[in-house]
Amino acid sequence: MDLLNALVALTNYVMIPAVAYGSQLALGALGVTLIYGVLRFSNFAHGDTMAFGAMTTILVTWWMQSVGINLGPLPTALLALPFGILGTMGLLLFTDKFVYRFYREQKAKPVIFVMVSLGVMFMMNGLVRFIIGPGDQRFADGERFIISARDFKAMTGLREGLAFKTSQGITIITAVVVVVALFWFLNRTRTGKSMRAYSDNEDLALLSGINPERVVMYTWMIVAGLATIAGVLYGLDKSFKPFTYFQLLLPIFAAAIVGGLGNPLGAIAGGFVIAFSEVSITYAWKKVLRYLMPENLEPDGLVQLLSTDYKFAVSFMILLIVLLFKPTGLFKGKSV
Amino acid sequence: MKKLLMATAAVALTAGTAFAGGHAKEVKLGILIGFTGPIESLAPSMGAGAELAMAEVTKSGALLDTATVTPMRADTGCIDNGLSTANAEKMLADGVSGIIGGDCSGVTGAILQNVAIPNGMVMVSPSATSPGLSTMEDNGLFFRTAPSDAREGQVMAEVLTDRGVKSIALTYTNNDYGKGLADAIKTSFEAVGGEVTISAAHEDGKGDYSAEVGALASAGGDILVVAGYLDQGGLGIIQSSLDSGAFDKFGLPGGMIGDSLPANVGADLDGSFGQIAGSGGKGAEAYFALATEAGFDGSSPYSPESYDAAALVMLAMQAANSKDPADYGAKIMDVANAPGEKIYPGELAKGLELLKAGTEIDYVGASAVELIGPGESAGSYREIEVTDGENKTVKFR
Repeated sequence: MDLLNALVALTNYVMIPAVAYGSQLALGALGVTLIYGVLRFSNFAHGDTMAFGAMTTILVTWWMQSVGINLGPLPTALLALPFGILGTMGLLLFTDKFVYRFYREQKAKPVIFVMVSLGVMFMMNGLVRFIIGPGDQRFADGERFIISARDFKAMTGLREGLAFKTSQGITIITAVVVVVALFWFLNRTRTGKSMRAYSDNEDLALLSGINPERVVMYTWMIVAGLATIAGVLYGLDKSFKPFTYFQLLLPIFAAAIVGGLGNPLGAIAGGFVIAFSEVSITYAWKKVLRYLMPENLEPDGLVQLLSTDYKFAVSFMILLIVLLFKPTGLFKGKSV
Repeated sequence: MKKLLMATAAVALTAGTAFAGGHAKEVKLGILIGFTGPIESLAPSMGAGAELAMAEVTKSGALLDTATVTPMRADTGCIDNGLSTANAEKMLADGVSGIIGGDCSGVTGAILQNVAIPNGMVMVSPSATSPGLSTMEDNGLFFRTAPSDAREGQVMAEVLTDRGVKSIALTYTNNDYGKGLADAIKTSFEAVGGEVTISAAHEDGKGDYSAEVGALASAGGDILVVAGYLDQGGLGIIQSSLDSGAFDKFGLPGGMIGDSLPANVGADLDGSFGQIAGSGGKGAEAYFALATEAGFDGSSPYSPESYDAAALVMLAMQAANSKDPADYGAKIMDVANAPGEKIYPGELAKGLELLKAGTEIDYVGASAVELIGPGESAGSYREIEVTDGENKTVKFR
């Protein structure tokens, strides 16, 4: 019984949050890694692209809620998601046309692109705050839980509860679907193959008749989709506030770099590595250990390696360690 | 030109001495609170409260041989030390005889240190609650009609013990207010034999509090006490605790009491409890009626305290028979506390007449004023329990 309680507590406080958070990070890191692979720069505006996508989706969600469209037990935001993606695609293609293309034609160095993306980031930052404001926004509706902690306790008679939120379930399922679709696209379709070819060797790709502007366009469109989905899932699961998306940039980049920049598989692995480390290093293990250890060995302290305030420091540390010992990341990506 | 300047200066000097000593026909009082910034939603009712008291006194004509009291408003921004001290300087230059303010604890300390003490100006704050202000060396110039958070800690400990809570997990918003209050709750609760399993900070404005809640849940406890803000991290912590089933009852200090919390959290919050500075009884009701008549909401937090702060200053002036801060400052404690005839809101004229006749008064006012220690309110609190999605007042402490 104690073992079961320990397992449930562990699942409730570590496994489920980490898997959901990891999926959100993985989707974000996929976007970053795609841009790095195809366009060859680190896109600092990615966090705010996510915020923009989530914001557009929220606005459409509110409109749908006001005219009474809903998905029953599922959040209405899922229905609004395609509109959010379209809006974000529009924004990204617009910035590409009026900002990035100019530097591409100059054959500017990657570091200049990074600085440009920093500028774009501040513009998007302001745009989102201007439209929806800097505060918290609520847009989740439908059933809140698949299993709530109270129901679980009543069902099993265990002392520990297990909560599984609808938003967490949706996050995990969507992440799987999106990743499968993305890999199918990259490996099986003509456009996907031309994107990979362009990423591997730009000159060779040009020689074999691949239109670079088309590749760039498709990349931005896919990135818009990934960013919006990641942003909306994060907003549904946690809460929407423009500043938290800006803060997400660090773990997302950590995930992409740990996995190997430019390597989609690495981005996914990196997302989960970062999420699990953040959650498990800042988790206080007292509760779990109390169930597992014999009575006289029970810990008095919290058994917490780092206070939760240092959550972001964890991603920084992992980032540093990986860059020191394996600069190309866990899965062979491009070196930074 | 030079002569003109000299002449003006001479006139100003003589006028100044004449004003300081005698009974001027006008008394200026500064209202220095955060009309912009984090508590801007409370400031209008606070300002209106203080002005209500001044209007009442002016109308009565009983202060210092029919002096009129003129309010003068200025902004502190609640968290802007530079703005507050600059505005306080300006008030002094304009010749105020007392300051009602500041509002938030940080700026109040700054105004006190930089302006009020060097210039010997009396300050009565209606809303600064930091325990740090109790020990600040103030030369007897600083008073507050709001209780210190240290007192709230004691009240919270009483509420917890009365409800049979043996152990609590404690989390606070990571700033002076949160830390001070959490320390006060911890000390008081442990003093009555309770156990605090953990006292952990949380940052406001984050998207995700599941890690914080994980640590709190691991530490365990009968309930979770959240010394935070209801529209900020406090809400996130409660929501996340309910979601993961970590805690289902919460202790809610003043910063967490408001209509938006039960509205945002829903039915799961029922049964949680807490307290907020406030009082009931004759004084409060009389004040609410006066405020409604004057066209503002008297039940808004710290509005009664503002009325009382202004009233205390004017009553003390009458008691000292002078509007010089050096004279009346020492009288504030006398008029606020027993013995004497009890004075309620709307009876300021009566109080002034009594003082003129040499009778002692005990100002009760809108917030049951009782100044203790270094001139701060003893503090009466409303104990609140969330029932059916609403904050219901259970009793006064």
